[in-house]
Amino acid sequence: MSLKPSFLQNETTAKLIWPLAALSAIIVFNLLFTPGFFHIEIKDGHLFGSLIDILNRGAPVMLVSIGMTLVFATGGVDLSVGAVIAISGAIAAHIIRPDYVKGVIEYGEVAPLIWVIGIPLLISLVAGLWNGMLVAYIGVQPIIATLILMVAGRGIAQLITEGKIVVFIHEPFQYIGGGFLFGIPVPIVLVLATLVVTYLLTRRTALGIFIEAIGANPKASLYMGIRANVIKVAVYMFCALCAGVAGLIICSDIKAADANNAGLFLELDAIAAVIIGGTMWGGRFTVAGSIIGALIIQSLTTTILTRGIAPEITLVFKAVVIICVALIQSETFRQLIAGHLLKKEAGK
Amino acid sequence: MSNNGGALLQITGLSKGFPGVQALQDVDFTLRSGEIHALMGQNGAGKSTLIKVLTGLYKKDAGTMLLEGTPFEFSSPEEAPKHGISTVYQEVNLIPNLTVAENIYLGRQPKRFGAIDWHTLNRNAEEAVKRLDLDIDVTQPVSSYSMAIQQLVAIIRALDIQARILILDEPTSSLDAAETERLFDVLRKLKSQGIGILFVTHFLGQVYQISDTITVLRNGMLVGERPVEELPKLQLIEMMLGKSIESLQKADKKTSKECETGTDTCFLRAQGLGRKGTMHPFNLEIRKGEVMGLAGLLGSGRTETARLLFGIDKAQQGKLFINDESEVLNTPRKAIAHRFGLCPEDRKSEGIIEDLSVRENIILALQARSGIFHKLSPKRQSAIVDKYIKMLDIKASSQNQKVGDLSGGNQQKVIVARWLASNPEFLILDEPTRGIDVGAKAEIEKLIVELSRAGMAVLFISSELEEIIACADRVAVLSDREIVHEIAGDEIEESRIMKIIAHGDKQ
Repeated sequence: MSLKPSFLQNETTAKLIWPLAALSAIIVFNLLFTPGFFHIEIKDGHLFGSLIDILNRGAPVMLVSIGMTLVFATGGVDLSVGAVIAISGAIAAHIIRPDYVKGVIEYGEVAPLIWVIGIPLLISLVAGLWNGMLVAYIGVQPIIATLILMVAGRGIAQLITEGKIVVFIHEPFQYIGGGFLFGIPVPIVLVLATLVVTYLLTRRTALGIFIEAIGANPKASLYMGIRANVIKVAVYMFCALCAGVAGLIICSDIKAADANNAGLFLELDAIAAVIIGGTMWGGRFTVAGSIIGALIIQSLTTTILTRGIAPEITLVFKAVVIICVALIQSETFRQLIAGHLLKKEAGK
Repeated sequence: MSNNGGALLQITGLSKGFPGVQALQDVDFTLRSGEIHALMGQNGAGKSTLIKVLTGLYKKDAGTMLLEGTPFEFSSPEEAPKHGISTVYQEVNLIPNLTVAENIYLGRQPKRFGAIDWHTLNRNAEEAVKRLDLDIDVTQPVSSYSMAIQQLVAIIRALDIQARILILDEPTSSLDAAETERLFDVLRKLKSQGIGILFVTHFLGQVYQISDTITVLRNGMLVGERPVEELPKLQLIEMMLGKSIESLQKADKKTSKECETGTDTCFLRAQGLGRKGTMHPFNLEIRKGEVMGLAGLLGSGRTETARLLFGIDKAQQGKLFINDESEVLNTPRKAIAHRFGLCPEDRKSEGIIEDLSVRENIILALQARSGIFHKLSPKRQSAIVDKYIKMLDIKASSQNQKVGDLSGGNQQKVIVARWLASNPEFLILDEPTRGIDVGAKAEIEKLIVELSRAGMAVLFISSELEEIIACADRVAVLSDREIVHEIAGDEIEESRIMKIIAHGDKQ
């Protein structure tokens, strides 16, 4: 008989314990030292407060880390998500103000929202198709294959904006980054919707287990007739689509397309979120874990900012926390520590 | 036999044990100068352990090792070459995108003023290559040459360390006949220079072609050392398998085979199916309700045959008929669509998915065939998995236990269950009983016969002849990547199969 409580015996839930502990630690720290951290108020029927802010600001990272989780599970990685965010935003802004880069200040006809959203997302899918084809059919190492678009994609985004920051006003589109639905900020709603879709796609169909099989043992999967290539392409396309949505959120939120900075280094945050969340490279994945990971990163950033620490140091803090969580998650490290403590005990 | 040289290497009473296994026990081995000495034995006989102890990768437990009369024991594999013992392993250990010359001198490049002296490097390499009558451009990347040339370059690299003893571990496993011949020319040349060569291979023909002396190991023990001309092939196989032909002939006659050939409908027919470098063109017919056995030594082409049939390796010639219709199976997916199943030889890397649960491992093949959007309901999954856990007596704590935590035999049963769940018409079992205990083995053997009697066509590959004899209705015997003969009915007995392996179909 095991003494572990039943929820710990379930492999998936057991994995979430450590990331949850880390997230709780950050929240408890804020509870003690940051006044008003837990204060949530309703203004004009909309939710406001630090916690809501963390969720809202963290939406792009959460979205991208959902896609990244699946890519990770197939044994790959997608470095191009930051660039896809920039492209998606640049295209949206370009559709709203096509002549802005030529120096025309006036707006033309108001672009229909369906175009402003649809075309960037379509291009994002094409970007994902490119990544997926390189990885699955040409056999390029995922890190190299997506590095191509990581570098080139930001260039493409800058070509679209011609290096300018394209500012715009477009009421319906601004709703995506700054609006509220049932009192909840729209980015949070989008994250929730993506989560539901991902759950249905991976766990209600056989896609999830196929992804895990491909990642955990490609050869055995081939011998079982699983279509690894098709699934890989689909997963890279899904990841790029998530990045495209994140790009729209960021662009809509700042009411501008900044090809230089939109989504910069976001791929690293997303990868960190996935690893903190407990998805191993190739095999079992947990989207919930990645969301917790993304929340850890975002709440850390928010905490640092509210504590008045210089934002330049944020990255150092992030690094320290990521190292700690990754170490705690490592079975080997835990055994090492346990062994060390036992030795001390024995020495007494 | 070469008595012209003195003993270069003399090993007496060598023992080496690992927890639970005695890999070598009291083994003697002598290598003389100017001799090509073949080291033979089945899997697990202790050949590689012997080489690893010799080259300093493992430490011996007991025994003496003399190198030209002086005792030695290396503390690391790097020391061996310095004392004139060079090893060329089965996989070519070269860096593909460096030039031939760079590869030969990697780690010991001639230097001038602290920088690499390219001129001397290339000139030396050219000379080294010429010494073996090889005409290649040493400034080209190694990868631009064939496997045989690469193998030779690896040998040149080994020889250039002033080797007196050259150890070749399966050097010909990736070479074709012409390439092998070329390698042998070089070996003969080296032999005439007085170098002692220790040669490990699974190809019987090659042993008789090239070697002077044969030492046979079995289960970590020395069976004997004989000059080649005094050891007929049949006797060599007897030594390797540890059974005498006479005793087998008697035993075989006693057991009457209960061989009822099933329905005569042919499920699969291969006509001249082959692939260069892996398998000579072969004809093979597999009928419904029948177990077809593939017998042969390791490396004889058994797994290669399975891979060709299952579409893992694409056939380059010949035709395949399924239910008398010509089909091209170039992916496993296509084979599975025709209701094929394959339990691969390498359970760990090709069979189980360690991280996934027993349940997931069992339903995956069926799920892959029914498609992404027809997910089997949890209820149905449980029912299927339950059925096979009971049927095959798989010992798992629950359906959700990780397959990686099961014992080897139970992992094997999980793979068998996976394919049974997909309801195949043709099942290929490649060494399904390797490394599992006697009880589980008997169960799997029984299952094979039961499945075939229920109408399934089965291709059964095994190194153990008893198993093949017990289960198979017909047996195709392979030797040196060729199906040399097919036997059926009363002909299926161990002595007959061993004779065919040794002499081809001449008998």
